[in-house]
Amino acid sequence: MEDLIIIGGGPAGLTAGLYASRSRLKTLLIERLSPGGQILTTDWVENYPGFPDGVSGFELVERMKNHAEKFGLEILSHEVIRLELSGEKKIVITDKGPFDTRAIILTCGAGPHKLGIEGEDLFTGKGVSYCATCDGPFYRDYEVAVIGGGDTAVEEAIYLTRFASKVYIVHRRDELRAIKLLQDRAMADEKINFVWDTIPTKIVGKTGVEGVDLENVKTGKTSHLPVHGVFVFIGYDPNNALVKGLLDLDETGFVLTNENMETVVPGVFAAGDIRSKLLRQISTAVGEGATAAFAAEKFLESPSGVLPSSKC
Amino acid sequence: MSDLLQVTDGNFEEEIVNSDIPAMVDFWAEWCGPCKMVGPVVEELAQEYKGKIKIAKMDVDSNRDTPAKFGIRNIPTLILFKDGEVAKMIIGAQPKSQIDGELKKLL
Repeated sequence: MEDLIIIGGGPAGLTAGLYASRSRLKTLLIERLSPGGQILTTDWVENYPGFPDGVSGFELVERMKNHAEKFGLEILSHEVIRLELSGEKKIVITDKGPFDTRAIILTCGAGPHKLGIEGEDLFTGKGVSYCATCDGPFYRDYEVAVIGGGDTAVEEAIYLTRFASKVYIVHRRDELRAIKLLQDRAMADEKINFVWDTIPTKIVGKTGVEGVDLENVKTGKTSHLPVHGVFVFIGYDPNNALVKGLLDLDETGFVLTNENMETVVPGVFAAGDIRSKLLRQISTAVGEGATAAFAAEKFLESPSGVLPSSKC
Repeated sequence: MSDLLQVTDGNFEEEIVNSDIPAMVDFWAEWCGPCKMVGPVVEELAQEYKGKIKIAKMDVDSNRDTPAKFGIRNIPTLILFKDGEVAKMIIGAQPKSQIDGELKKLL
């Protein structure tokens, strides 16, 4: 039996794994692919402390993985199918069989929120994309649309100007939500054009994307934007399939915890993007991973004990 | 370094289309993070299906014609071939169990 199983190998999971292994807990991290998570869809990380010139998402996660493994973290590439959390002994059922554990940290992360419009699924892989670093180079000298107005949308739009001849940012409001620094960069970029107050209604094409139908939310006027690619960055959905019905979730499905990363089930913790919270960043994920590992350690020492709260 | 078969625009026809056994090609590139999550899975599967399914990789950065021919605009994309025809396209980083399930259907 394990002391602790961490489910998900992004920055939150790898940090929890580092802390738990370093505290000599018998720890297993289970990840359905190779470790990384959404950080791998980022080209360049500019806001992780200690890297003033930035660092590639891949390098940062490789470093985190090596760091955790140095302290003995065992990482398995299995897919978790189901969790049994009712007893004192918790069971993680994977495609390679069950694993018993005394505590669990969920770091399953989140994935891109879809538009939910006609043509989106049909053309995924044929012009609809959720990863500019993966797919940007396929759009050399083509025009593309980016849907969204937050940090990710603007950052990825700027990235896409390396390849695309023109990038349209289609946003449902008349101003961006992205931080000022990114706004300024985008506004100064000659390749970027803004389509304000507008939502996409249909992605059209034959064998691949040829354009997107738009609607102005203020005037109701419809139009067509001929583009070769549509990149969607309109937020995230939690990877919560394993815990639906088992844990308390917020209205958008993110896992609710207290400040110690404890969920409603004793011995089950959550950290990183899957958590209900204000800010989803690598820097917040690692902090929560560390807290969750520490809280799990305290739980294992005294399962019925109450963690001290830090109320000011 | 992986000893997986690397196919190019030059030998794609010979190695994959004219292959005696079913084949799967992992279209990837150095700059693609999620490709690196799938890469180790593809290598494991190549071992497990040795002699039964030919599993290869193609770098889309140095080979432009083949990806364009198949309309690839997202990577990672895995294309499964049977008798030289596309049997299945798997787009994006999918778990091993799903890829394995699709490979089994080729046999």
